[in-house]
Amino acid sequence: MSGLTLKTWQELPTAGVVTRHEELRPRTGAYRTGLRPEADLTACVDCLLCWLYCPDNAVLLDGTAFAGIDLEVCKGCEICAEVCPTGAIEMVAE
Amino acid sequence: MITRLLTGGEAVAHAMRQIDPDVVPVYPITPQTPIIQTFAKLVADGGAHTQIVNVESEHSAMSAAVGSALAGARTITATSSQGLALMAEIVYIAAAMRAPVVVALGNRALSGPINIHCDHSDSMLIRDSGAIQLFVENAQEAYDVMLLATRLAERPDVLLPVFVCQDGFTITHSAEPVRLLDDDDVHAWIGAYEIPFPLLDTAHPTTQGPFAMPDYYYELRHQQVDAMAHALDAIEELGAELEQLNGRRYGLVEEYRLDGAEHVLVCMGSTAGTAKDVVDQLRDEGEPVGLLRICSYRPFPEARVRDALASADEVIVLDRADAPGARGPLATELAAALYGSGMELRGHVYGLGGRELHPDDLREIFAGDVGRFVGLRGAACLV
Repeated sequence: MSGLTLKTWQELPTAGVVTRHEELRPRTGAYRTGLRPEADLTACVDCLLCWLYCPDNAVLLDGTAFAGIDLEVCKGCEICAEVCPTGAIEMVAE
Repeated sequence: MITRLLTGGEAVAHAMRQIDPDVVPVYPITPQTPIIQTFAKLVADGGAHTQIVNVESEHSAMSAAVGSALAGARTITATSSQGLALMAEIVYIAAAMRAPVVVALGNRALSGPINIHCDHSDSMLIRDSGAIQLFVENAQEAYDVMLLATRLAERPDVLLPVFVCQDGFTITHSAEPVRLLDDDDVHAWIGAYEIPFPLLDTAHPTTQGPFAMPDYYYELRHQQVDAMAHALDAIEELGAELEQLNGRRYGLVEEYRLDGAEHVLVCMGSTAGTAKDVVDQLRDEGEPVGLLRICSYRPFPEARVRDALASADEVIVLDRADAPGARGPLATELAAALYGSGMELRGHVYGLGGRELHPDDLREIFAGDVGRFVGLRGAACLV
């Protein structure tokens, strides 16, 4: 979150209303705890269980195919690795 | 323009018919009930296109009102006393989310003991909620100020809930001749409902009412302080504009016979009507007395009050609410406004739970022949 400049009350939208595309997009992945998921696409069968279970919408899709993990928002919770039926996702050290 | 014999409650209902709000979520409570009862009949008779939502509590009434007003629908509700107490949590939300809901309030004492008659304790409960509170003196003014409140709430530089406060029973249930504007004039004056971010504008989706941490809560609260400052000007501007239509002037305060007045009574609501008669009598008897009626309690027009009282020797403040363990809320406000001026000031509590205040009582108050608690049986405990 470092680097954000805090706004004055005049600069804030009235009542803090957030309009589309103006929302802050903080890199919540910055507080991942040391392990990040890495996917082996040759083992992936596109079942999308990881996409379904990911609590942070970090799994990226290309249509109905698995397309990687957005490390800007991934917290490293390891759920995707746990639910993957083919062992295609492995947690590796940052 | 026609003149009809109406109670304050009925007058407000007629104003609502002419304003023709899109949504009225409401729950009945004495002495507000005649407002929604009369309005519901007017709607059923085809007088307005309003969707009346019969909610199950006042908490729900204000919750529905906030959602409706932010969705993009002009919204009015009404309540009294315990209803406002139940609503209070959402009144703060309405102010913070800048929902321009108009509320017709029939002022009634808060329990307990349970009581249905007038005092201003319910208004005082939401004193610091961020909602605007305009007090009226009679049924005519209740009608007029409903119109003003609708425009005021929706001003882009204000966008706050506005309470139109009329004394329960004394105004809500007392019939008097009320001059109603023509429907077309009201429609033209009120205009279309416009807010910056209607929730139902799905082409421009928004997040509203976001969580604010210590880094932003303070700044977002301050936007309400700014809105209140704009409301001070807006009330005067809209009062002047409405006067062009109806010939009557409503503003932040009413100055009554303040020229040369050395002893000035300060009060709110219907008591001002009685006080004007007493001021006239005392003036006829040569007493240099006057009246300053506070019309806008929130925002409190501190500068106007100070100016109006500049040449007085003594200020006598009447509070129709007590504050156990402290001075009356209006007296405290006046003391803050006049701090440093060296002016004599005394505050009196009166009229709790509908206790009558007669002209003779006011003569004794002017004369200084009463204690802090007017009409109380038994020696008063003073804090």
